[in-house]
Amino acid sequence: MAVALACVGVPKLVPFRKMSSTAWTAGTASEIRAAAPVRHSALVRITHWLTAACFLALLVSGVEILISHPRFYWGETGNDLTAPLFKIPIPASRNLVPTGYGYVLPDQNGWSRYLHFQTAWVLIFTGLLYGICLFTGHLRKSLLPARADLSPRALWAVVANHLRFKPPSEAEARSYNVLQRITYLVVIFVLFPLIIWTGLAMSPAVVSAFPAVVTTLGGQQSARTIHFFVTDLLVLFLVVHVAMICLAGFWTRTRAMITGRIGREMERS
Amino acid sequence: MSRVSRRGVITAGLSVAAGASGLAVAAGLAKRYGLIPPDGAGIYGPGETLTYAAQRILTRHSMAREFPRSQISTKPFANEVAPFREDFKRLQSGGFADWRLAVDGMVARPASFSLAEIQRLPSGSQITSVQCEEGWSYIAEWIGTPLAHVLDAVETLPQARYVVYRSIDPDTWESIDMADALHPQTLVTYGMNGGDLPVGFGGPLRLRIPRQLGYKSVKFLTRLTVTDNLKQFGKGLGSASPEGGYAWYAGI
Repeated sequence: MAVALACVGVPKLVPFRKMSSTAWTAGTASEIRAAAPVRHSALVRITHWLTAACFLALLVSGVEILISHPRFYWGETGNDLTAPLFKIPIPASRNLVPTGYGYVLPDQNGWSRYLHFQTAWVLIFTGLLYGICLFTGHLRKSLLPARADLSPRALWAVVANHLRFKPPSEAEARSYNVLQRITYLVVIFVLFPLIIWTGLAMSPAVVSAFPAVVTTLGGQQSARTIHFFVTDLLVLFLVVHVAMICLAGFWTRTRAMITGRIGREMERS
Repeated sequence: MSRVSRRGVITAGLSVAAGASGLAVAAGLAKRYGLIPPDGAGIYGPGETLTYAAQRILTRHSMAREFPRSQISTKPFANEVAPFREDFKRLQSGGFADWRLAVDGMVARPASFSLAEIQRLPSGSQITSVQCEEGWSYIAEWIGTPLAHVLDAVETLPQARYVVYRSIDPDTWESIDMADALHPQTLVTYGMNGGDLPVGFGGPLRLRIPRQLGYKSVKFLTRLTVTDNLKQFGKGLGSASPEGGYAWYAGI
């Protein structure tokens, strides 16, 4: 977990109080104020919270849908009569599923499915909006790591700092460090596309028009299974992201993502 | 702390205005071209409308995936059905010889077909999968006559927009638009995997809609009603599914 923790959501800035108590603070208060620009652009903030809301809605509704059949298969087909690849040891919301439990959970599939697909649309539009900001500088300035930061030695230095829970340096406090950059790039360019792709691969109408969407994944049940694993990775990201925010100062970080500005402590100093 | 710039206000205002008028135009177009599903009102209406409209534009004539015979599931899953009522058991004991499929509504010649009459119509078969909204699936060969042939036989009127179809169980009824009704894979099914369609899988007659989830493939089919307006059926949401909280359009 420590290594996983190190990968995501590293403190980007710390309250000034904390900074001034450490020896490595470089700038004077006035320099910091002058350099204290908008930390997150409006578009990043809007799309961040839209994504957060979508994530919550998709996760809750997705879990509800999963509960109706907590078994996973590989290939094209699978059902209660065939051997699962694995199953989740929970009771189901449908009574023909052989779960080993003597009871059935309340069935919430109807609204869960409506909510899941509507939220998927909101996420698509959020993604398009975020795309504007990615390709007008956010990707180049904030996400792509500098070549020098990718050397094993530089990477190790950042990992070691995380493992020691060392507060971030002045430069690190102002922009994403290399681990954050890599993690965000993986989430944005690998996990999100995969979750959308595997989701579409489960739609009988979509694959009727675009069969390759599902055949490349090895079948509709494989798509469902991959969808589940990608969800697990996204949940891991969420947990570590929130944990790191708590470590870095929950209110400072959250306020920066709401108002776009660095915390008041810093401005007043 | 934060300054509101004039440029910011103008940009935001223009974006909101552009967004709102864009939405209004899109809604108008969707309505005009019949791209709003019957359960397109309510809090999940926007999502349902987007899905239905997008798929009608992209997949109107697409064909459901068909599989080689070797991929037919050796263990298809019949799923639960409501306990059979007396009228069903009586028909079953007679080998379904008296089973009827009534076709009415916006047709030139309303009719009632026996099973034998349905089987005399041009037949076809397809090897397609049944996907349940719960997540499980199986592949089978389905034998029957395309719904389009049945609708041809009774001559649907040009203003027809939907086909409402019902099970012998009065609580189970669905509807599809004409794109699905006239689709060559929409099959009035009486056979499965080389034999008669077993009762557990909807025999003697089931309407297979392979481009939508399993719950649209109504078992024990008894009646088709062609219409131009779904408001007059049930609660006006298009079928029993939205009344029970499920989407009318199940192509996802």
